Amino acid sequence: MASNPYFSLAVLFLAALGFGLAPLALAWLWARVFSPAKPNEIKNSIYECGLESKGDAWVQFRSAYYLYAIIFLIFDVEAVFLLPFAVAFTGLGAAACAAMLVFVLMLIEGLAWAWAKGILTWA
Amino acid sequence: MVDEGLKIELGKQGVFVTTIEELYNWGRRNSIWPMQFGLACCAIEMIATTMARYDLARFGAEVFRPSPRQADLMIISGTVTKKMAPQVVRLYNQMAEPRYVIAMGACAISGGPFKQGYNVLKGIDRYIPVDVHIPGCPPRPEALIQAFIALQEKIDGQHLTGEGRPRHLDAEAQGEFPVPEQGEHDLEPTSNKGVWPIPVVIR
Repeated sequence: MASNPYFSLAVLFLAALGFGLAPLALAWLWARVFSPAKPNEIKNSIYECGLESKGDAWVQFRSAYYLYAIIFLIFDVEAVFLLPFAVAFTGLGAAACAAMLVFVLMLIEGLAWAWAKGILTWA
Repeated sequence: MVDEGLKIELGKQGVFVTTIEELYNWGRRNSIWPMQFGLACCAIEMIATTMARYDLARFGAEVFRPSPRQADLMIISGTVTKKMAPQVVRLYNQMAEPRYVIAMGACAISGGPFKQGYNVLKGIDRYIPVDVHIPGCPPRPEALIQAFIALQEKIDGQHLTGEGRPRHLDAEAQGEFPVPEQGEHDLEPTSNKGVWPIPVVIR
């Protein structure tokens, strides 16, 4: 076995494992022997900067809010496209202006559709 | 226990001896992590203590933790109002053992210049056990550093077993300190009798 070329690697691996696990085991043993755990209700309660926590920490948000996120994202990205358009506006031809108008109109149409569907009403 | 004289003699010969207790206390006293928590103007001095000029890092206590779960030391740095006292006591309760308290400044130890105020707690030691009191208004950073050294000396003198062992090593010692509530005129109860026996005035 000792003649195996990987034998030294195995020894090093075990040493590395021990190096990592020994402090953990020592800490666990120390806590068991010397330091008794004394949990209580206040200690185990949720940390809220010293205030009493109200309700559960696992708060849920309505998944339907993803529509707001999408609409926000669309108009956010639109602003990125509008900036170079505005900067190069004076040097643009009529075709480029029309293409940009169509793009903006499409987005406005989408907004009108979302509005008509009642998505913008906070439920 | 190793005899102190023998230990010094062995040290001269290049032999280093120690006990588990010493090693444990050495580790504990050099890694007191305070809680990031300031109440009033004393907190400014506390911040100054941690900065380069006074450099609390020399004592292993520069790691201010934003959560009581990871903190060892609570520095009551400033006036504790009666509105704030329940929060302070609750935070102390939420810290993991072993935990220490330094009451910094005149307000934290007695109410200080605001002692007569209707809304000021007359010393945080009415509710939680305080290890080191520092007077001053506010105490200079050197005073806070001295309080640290005093706390380190206190930790150094603690034994793992026996009657005088610290609370966190004693299964019987209480770990919960009741949080006061806002009463009609004052906090209820007005003090924790187990921590702060009402002083008898001798006339």
